[in-house]
This record gives sequence, C-alpha cells and structure tokens, in this order.
Amino acid sequence: MKSTKLFGAALLMSTMLAVGSAQSKTLVYCSEGSPEGFDPAPYTAGTTFNASSKPLYNSLVQMDRGTTNVVPGLAESWEVSADGMEITFNLRKGVKFHTTSSFTPTRDFNADDVIFSFARQWKKDHPWNQYTAGIAWEYFDGMDMTALLKDIVKVDDNTVKFVLNRPEAPFIANMTMDFASILSAEYAAKLEADGKKDMINQQPVGTGPFMFVDYQKDAVIRYKAHPDYWDGKQPIDDLVFAITTDASVRTQKLKAGECHVAPYPSPADIASLQADPNLQVMEQEGLNVGYLAYNATQAPFDNPKVRKALNMAINKQAILDAVFQGAGAAAKNPIPPTMWSYNNDVQDDPYDPDASKKMLADAGVSGLKMKVWAMPVQRPYNPDARKMAELIQADFSKVGVEVEIVSYEWGEYLERSKAKDRDGAVLLGWTGDNGDPDNFLAVLLGCSAVGGSNRAQWCYQPFEDLIQKAKVLPNNDAREPVYREAQAVFKEQAPWATIAHSVVFMPMSKKVMNYKMDPLGSHRFDGVDISE
Amino acid sequence: MLRFLLSRILLLIPTFIGISIVSFGFIRMLPGDPVLLMAGERSLTPERHAALLKLLGFDRPLWEQYLGYLWKLLQGDLGISLKTKIPVAQEFLTLFPATIELSLCAVIFAIVLGIPAGVLAAVRRGTVFDHSVMGTALIGFSMPIFWWGLLLIILFSVTLQWTPVSGRIALTYFFQPVTGFMLIDSLISGQAGAFKSAARHLILPTIVLGTIPLGVIARQTRSAMLEVLGDDYVRTARAKGLSTVRVVGIHALRNALIPVITTIGLQVGTLLAGAILTETIFSWPGVGKWMIDAISRRDYPSVQGGLLLIAGVVMVVNLIVDLLYGLTDPRIRYRS
Amino acid sequence: MSDAVIVSDARKGGKMALLSEFWDYFSESRGAVAGLVVFVAVCLIAIFADAVAPYLPQEQYRDAFLKPPFWQEGADPRFILGTDAVGRDILSRLIYGSRYSLFIGVIVVTISMLLGVTIGLLTGFFRGAFDNAVMRVMDVFLSFPSLLLALVLVALLGPSLTNAMIAIALIQQPHYVRLTRAAVMSEMGKDYVTAARVAGVGNIRLMLVTILPNCMGPLIVQAALSFSDAILAAAALGFLGMGAQPPTPEWGTMLADAREYVTRAWWVVTMPGLAILITVLAINLMGDGLRDALDPRLRRS
Repeated sequence: MKSTKLFGAALLMSTMLAVGSAQSKTLVYCSEGSPEGFDPAPYTAGTTFNASSKPLYNSLVQMDRGTTNVVPGLAESWEVSADGMEITFNLRKGVKFHTTSSFTPTRDFNADDVIFSFARQWKKDHPWNQYTAGIAWEYFDGMDMTALLKDIVKVDDNTVKFVLNRPEAPFIANMTMDFASILSAEYAAKLEADGKKDMINQQPVGTGPFMFVDYQKDAVIRYKAHPDYWDGKQPIDDLVFAITTDASVRTQKLKAGECHVAPYPSPADIASLQADPNLQVMEQEGLNVGYLAYNATQAPFDNPKVRKALNMAINKQAILDAVFQGAGAAAKNPIPPTMWSYNNDVQDDPYDPDASKKMLADAGVSGLKMKVWAMPVQRPYNPDARKMAELIQADFSKVGVEVEIVSYEWGEYLERSKAKDRDGAVLLGWTGDNGDPDNFLAVLLGCSAVGGSNRAQWCYQPFEDLIQKAKVLPNNDAREPVYREAQAVFKEQAPWATIAHSVVFMPMSKKVMNYKMDPLGSHRFDGVDISE
Repeated sequence: MLRFLLSRILLLIPTFIGISIVSFGFIRMLPGDPVLLMAGERSLTPERHAALLKLLGFDRPLWEQYLGYLWKLLQGDLGISLKTKIPVAQEFLTLFPATIELSLCAVIFAIVLGIPAGVLAAVRRGTVFDHSVMGTALIGFSMPIFWWGLLLIILFSVTLQWTPVSGRIALTYFFQPVTGFMLIDSLISGQAGAFKSAARHLILPTIVLGTIPLGVIARQTRSAMLEVLGDDYVRTARAKGLSTVRVVGIHALRNALIPVITTIGLQVGTLLAGAILTETIFSWPGVGKWMIDAISRRDYPSVQGGLLLIAGVVMVVNLIVDLLYGLTDPRIRYRS
Repeated sequence: MSDAVIVSDARKGGKMALLSEFWDYFSESRGAVAGLVVFVAVCLIAIFADAVAPYLPQEQYRDAFLKPPFWQEGADPRFILGTDAVGRDILSRLIYGSRYSLFIGVIVVTISMLLGVTIGLLTGFFRGAFDNAVMRVMDVFLSFPSLLLALVLVALLGPSLTNAMIAIALIQQPHYVRLTRAAVMSEMGKDYVTAARVAGVGNIRLMLVTILPNCMGPLIVQAALSFSDAILAAAALGFLGMGAQPPTPEWGTMLADAREYVTRAWWVVTMPGLAILITVLAINLMGDGLRDALDPRLRRS
C-alpha cells in the first residue's frame, strides 16, 4: 500500500517535471566536486560556496559580478563612523526568502536574520553554535571576527549596527565573504521546534537568486530560479550541477553537450577546447600565487643572497610551458596583477644559471643539498606540483645544488610545512579570500604568521612595519603606496621564489550568454542566460 | 543441520569484533591531523586547535574512544562524517545501491558470457576455440582494469561517442530515487528514454568491472566441466547413447556448477575492490569512490564506517556461500 | 598417493630426473613456455636496463613534450614510443619501470611467503586454540577487499613504494597460511610423518625438513599467482596515487600521471598499461603451466 503511494507520487512528480522542462531553460554546470553541505559558514572550500552561498544566499554587501568592487546586497546602503569602529547597514525591504517543499516563509527578510546569521557563529552559547556535532566556524574564526566584533545591534527591523573593537579597513570586504551569508531566522526557529536542526545544512532556505530543489549525493544538485528574487527573476529557470570530479571527463561531457559549463579543464585539453566550434573559452588571471618558500630561519637560506641566487636558477618559462601549459603567468610579486596596489615596477629575478652559480660561490655555498616539498594535490595556483618540483630539481642541479623531492599526504603536508625548523623549501600557494592585499601580505608573510601560514618562516621588521601601517590607514588610496613599497622590500629579500599566477580558463558552450569570470575564483550563475 | 548453521554464525562474532578493531585501530593511527586538514592552507591557533580536537573527541585515550565507538556501533551509530556532518551510515546507504547495481550487472555479465564459454571450451577441448577462449579468459584475468577502463573510454566514449563518459543517467531525466537502482527507478519513473539512458551509462563500467570475474568464471567452469566429463557416470551416460547436449547440459553442467557458484561467491571481495577503481574512473557515485575520497580527506568516521560495512557485506556473503556449499555437499557439513 | 609417486621417483632417479620430468610436463604447454620466455626477457631488460634503455628515465627533453610514437605523424625519431608531458622518453621509462614491477613482485612474494608459511606451519602443526585464534585473525584479513585494506594501510603508513609493498604482502599472506596449514594437516596423518616421529625427529626438523618439501607444489603455484597479483595491486595503488611517487617510472604511477592526456596523447596512457598486461599475462601463463606440471591430478586427465 505504502509503496504504491510512493510509486504514484514519484510518477506524478516526474511527469510534472518532464512537462515543465519542455519550455524552461536549463543550464547544466559540470562541477568539480561535491559540496560539503549547503550552509556556507562552517566550510572553507570554494566548491561548497559555488553550490551554497553563490546560488542560494545573499550577504549584506556583495562583489559586483566579475569585479572586486563592493556593491549593495541585502543592505541598500551603509555608513562607517568617523573613528571606523561602527558600521551601520540599512537593510533592503521586501526581500523574500525561498518557499520550498519543507518551508513557507511568513515574513520578509529583516534584522533578526542578520543577527541570527552572525550570532550563531560568534556566541559559543548560541543554540545554533553546535547544531551538528563537530561543526566549526572556520572562516569566521579565521578572519578573526570573534576578537574584532564587540557587538551587533538591532537598531530597528531594517537597521543593523556592527560595533568593532578596533578599526579594520578590510571589514566591509569581509562582509562580502561566504560565511557572511544571511540565513532565515524563521526557518531556523521552525527546524529547532521540529528537532531537525541538521536540515539547515541539507535543505537550505535563503534569499538568493536560485532555490534548492534536490541533491543526489555525489551526483547531481538541482536548483530553480527564485520567482520573487529582489533583483528580479533569473533568465534561466533551472540550474543543474552535475558533479564530475575528473577533469578529462568534464571536458568530454562539455564537448558531448552533456553540460554547458565545465570549470578547471586540464591544461592539456585547453587547445582542443579552444578549437571546438561549439565552445568558447574565457580566461582570466586568478587571484592567486604559487610560490617556493625557503625556510628563512635555516642556514644557508637565512642569507637573502643565497635565496636570490636560487631564484635566478629557476627557469620560470619552462615551468609555465610544462606545468601550466600556457595556463599561467610568471609571478614577480607575492600578490596577483588583478589586485589593487600591484607593483608593476618591481623587476623580476632574471633566469641566469651562471650568475646564480657565481652568487652561490660568493656566499660560500658549495655542494648544497636541499629538499623541495611538492604538494600531492592539484591547486589552482599549481596544477602539478610534482612536475614543477622535478623541473626545479633539474634547474638547481645545473648550479650544483642537489635536490631531493619530498611529498606527504595533503593534510600532513600542510601541517609539517608549518614547522619553524622545517627542512627544505616548500611549494605552496594561496588564493585570495576578499580581494584585499592584506589577505596576502599579512597572512603569508607577516611575523605573526611564522610557524603557521608564513611558510618561509620569514619575519623581516621593515616589511612588517609597512603592512601593519597599511592595515589601519582609513582608505585604499592611502594604503596603496605602502603596499607597493612592501612588495619592493619583499623582492629584495626574496623569502620566496614567486613562480606563477594561474590563468583560470572557463570553457563553456557558445549558448551560454553573459557569464562573467570572478577574479576571486568563484562560479556564479546569477545573470547568466542561455540561448536555445 | 541446525548445529552447522549456528556454529557458522557464531564464528562471525569474533570475526566481526576483529573487523571493528581493525577498522577502528587502523584509522585512528592514520597520520595527519583531521583538524589541521579542515583548516587547509589557513592556520589555526593552538587554543583553537585544542578546542576542535576536544570537540571531535580526539583528545581522549584510544581505548576509551574504541569502547565508545563499539557502544555506538551496536546502536547502529557509525558516527558523523567530518566533511558533510551527515551520519556515515546514511551516507553509505545512499551510495551503496549504485555500487550494488554496478556489481550485480558485472557479475551477470561475467556469468552470462563466462559459463557458456567455459562449457563449450571444455566440450571442445584442445580445439582452436578452446585455446582462444582460454587465452581471452587469461587476458581478462590478468587485466589491469583501471587501464582497461581508460582504453574503453578512449575508444567508445571519446572516439566513437557511442557511450556516455560518466555518471549514471543523463541529466535531462530527474526523478526521486525509489529503490536506488537506476535501472529500476528509470522504469518506475515512466519517462521515455530514461531506462535506455541508464543502461547506456552502465555498459562500460559493467564491462570493466566484469572482466576479471569473467576470466575467473570461464576458467573455473572449464576445469570443473573437464573434471565432471571424466567421471564415470558421464561416461556411462554417453555409452548409453545419450546425446552430447543432453549429457553436457543436464548431467555434467549441474555438477560442475557447484564449484563455479562458490567461486562466484568468493569474488565479492575482489568485486568490491574492483569497484573502487571502476567508480573512480567513471565518476560513478558509489561507495568505492566515496571511500577513496574519505581516505584522502582523513574523514575518520567515514573511513571507519565504510571499512566496517564493506567488510561486513563480504563476511555475510561469504557466510551465505559457505552455507549453500554446506547444504549441497554433506561432507563439508560433517567435517566441521 | 600421488605424492608418493613423486617421492619414489625422486628416490630412484635423484633430483635431476625429477626436474627433467617436471620440465617435460611444463614444456607440454606452449603457453607456459611462451610465458617463461617473455618473463625471462622482462627480467633481462630489468637487469640490463642501463644498457638497453636509450635514455635515463628522468631525463627531460624540453624540446619534445608529448611527442607521439615513431609511426605517427609529428613523431620525433629519437623517441620510439614517444615522450610524456615533460619530455621524457616513454620507452626508457618503461624499461626502467620493469625493475620496479619485478622488484615489487619478488619482495612481496618473499615477505608474504615467509610470513604465511611460518604461520601456516605453526598453526597446522600445533592446532588447538592457537590455531583457532590465528585463523580468526586471518578471517578478519580476508573479509576486507584486498585493495581497500592496502589503500588504508598505505594511507596509514604514508604513500610510498615500500609501504605499498608491505601492505600488499600483509594482505597476501593469509593465502599462504591457509594453503600451508591445509597441506600440513593432510601430511601429518601420513605414514612417513609418523615414521619420522617414531624415529625421534624434533618438531622443527619435522616441520621444515620432512613436511614442508611435500607441500611445495601448491605453494609454488600460489607464489606465481601472488607475484602477478602484487604487480597489479602495486600498479593500482600507484594509479590511485598511493603507491610509488613520481617521478619514479613505476608503471601504475605513470598511468596516473597520464590520465589527463586521455583525449590528447593516447600513447602516454596505452604504453604503461600494455607493459603491465604483458608482464602479468606472462607470469600467469607460467603459473598455469606450473600448476599443471605440479598437480598430478590434472596430469592424468
């Protein structure tokens, strides 16, 4: 009896959908992995954000599509107090949450939703702080919000004031990040009453351009356009994420027309994708940098001249050709060229093995043996670290430096490479979070990050002074020259060999219109249309 | 009979405890700190690190963790995936039908081709046919299937474009899973073409996963047949003038099939191991691929739960094979 | 009874006669001989890799990325089987790779056989509670799909060739345990064992000198089987990134590297797999021949 009912329901539902799909526009995106969940705040992976915060949610302020400019989101406007300690957001009115199979909202978005979304991450005693065992608010804590926030005040239903403990220039940029997505307090209250808190992570409800329909684990995610979206209904009706973890398989599906957009093609396939008459391939320099970090606390790498000499032994062009296969641009600064304050006047170290050998000899280094660490995984800033390490090994052997390549499983690699007394230079990289230079220079090269994300273990006071000064200057015009100077200091001291910024390729069907690549590397489908 | 059954089932208990110790012990000794892994390139303060360890229960002594694990296990609680925060048992069960569907198809493929090939080879012993069947079977048996899968993809999906590249069904079809078996669900859905699409997606993975069992079954069938054909009663039947088809089809095959069935049963472990590779190559959303992801992500509860459940499945299937064998062959029953 | 035939033969004609009889049976199968020839060839290639290989396996020719084999258009005549993505000669890598595969086979078979035979002898000889306990542990081992257990073990020990070999050996040893134990148990009841006991032969001597040689047949066949299994398993681990690490020219690892060139450079994918298949096939052919020659039951039929 029960099974026949189920059977009937499935039949009905599928026929309805089949009829619906006849006239609707569906965009299929072959995503590179499964999302961890649909509540963006506990996670850090871009793959998760592409499936959660980007389609389903909004934040108070957001990045204008395709740029790093901050524009209004759920807040129509905001004011920063003169001392920089109070930021007041004026909320948009009439914003509707999604109506899904499990939830029908009874009110519009208001200040309570904002307070709920942040308080659950901030207050350890909030009922939603531990809604699933073992949940952690990685980004909220990672951006040091706990220490930064003094209070979040509901001024009225449509006004929220954030009070800070110190002025923080990148705060507004941080508010565009995925952890700052606004969830529905009303939905949360309903789930809490039903004793199904977990569902907030599995059956999400937001204000975003698309609403959640269904997720078949590790296979397909389905969304449909939010009919009452505050910025107007999307041009496409259905959005489908077909989870396809293998790069060559994604390429095949794209060519076969099984998906419209497929990110992260393997470099080997780019030429053939560009040649395909049905496809277009967009490209942009990614907001990232791949580097080789020496350990500046260990002899002989504590000597900037030795580091500089080794940098000159690396044939970057060969790496770009073999590892990036054209999908990379040589890096000379620790920040990418798409970021404001990039110092284009800095001169890169030339490739000159003879000069390198001489400099090493002058520094009293001979018969040097060293380790080069190669990551076991593909990252945007380094598609094949092992291949890169092999090329560096060959380059260094030409200047008489013997290299042993070591690798660990990814988690262990990240951990071991943090050690202050680490033996060897480590290949790693970074992808920006919020488009602010501080997010690169302080996080990766600041003194407080030694033993952590500062893999060069490099604490150099003149550089540190500059980045600390820039951090508290009131506006970006004032900060820019300071960051430019910091980049010059970095180059002269050479704690890293800056290797490359990836060029991100986004192949898609020519039917896809109005897609914009995000310099921050996310994949957004709001505003995208598809021609029949 | 009952005693035989009971003793076999009782023997499972120590094995099961062993399996739980192994799956718990191995995983907890894995290097790499799950907390640090979650943080990625970003770094954690020592305080935050300690707090997270405590939160996840990794700070208690190992034996205490094991007892807690066993206690929860008996209640059917395998823990919560570190990645998705969803119960491991639930994750496993959502993905398991995909693996069963693929494995069943592979076994059927191997049987349907392997048994007739083996029988014919035995009957025509020493002929060119025999040699080519046995040669092919040995090649199948020696096949690195991960490479075989790639070759088939190059040929059929990329060059000829006959079969889809990956997945279980074309995305144009959407229906709620009822049984979890795509072939059945696609029929239930009533959508035109859905079944065909699901079947097309299954072809290559089935061939890849079925290749080794095919080789094993064909070889086993042939040697079992040869043995039976040499037996007195078959010779008598032949002497009595019964046709070859009758002799082979009725008398010999029935007896030869017993060891073959046992072989098939014992292939379950091999099959699940093969599923890991096959699922990886074809992006097949099953438990094999899920395990690989979990291992590389240090998702302790998922690896633990997955190991335990997969070993449990193998154990139960082996028991069933054992019992069937015991039922058909009384000598075995009494020996134990 | 059949064993008695071998034993008496051996006594009459000595070891040479036994060997030549074995060879007669073995060489009856053309497949087995072909397998042997290929296997010996692979061994020779591995031993003399330095002389045979045109280039060093890590040598990168930066003017020749992804060149196809000689018969295809655009080939570079220097590289007969083409080059890979960083301009290494595929033929040379395959030649050096044979060393790893054979090395893996030898080490795995040695470790698992030593371990398995020792445990099997002990359990078969002493029986009782000890036997029971050990066999339950072996059951546990056998309940896990071998590759899965190897994967977890390697993840536990860290991905490397050594760890992959240890893991595979650990997983294969229960087969030797079972074989040896069964053989020992069937031999124990035989007259010659009783006779030896009566004559006052000590336990260790009885196990190693009297019983073990009479169980060698099935063990040798199992060794051939597990040799090819080990090569396949190590290649599978390499393919999943858990075996030998690049730039080691291990065949499975080469395949893992080659995956992304599926659509563009078929030779990078095809060649290492073919090398694995040929080697494994040769060993299995040999193993079949060995089984037929060593199992008198099959001989007569």
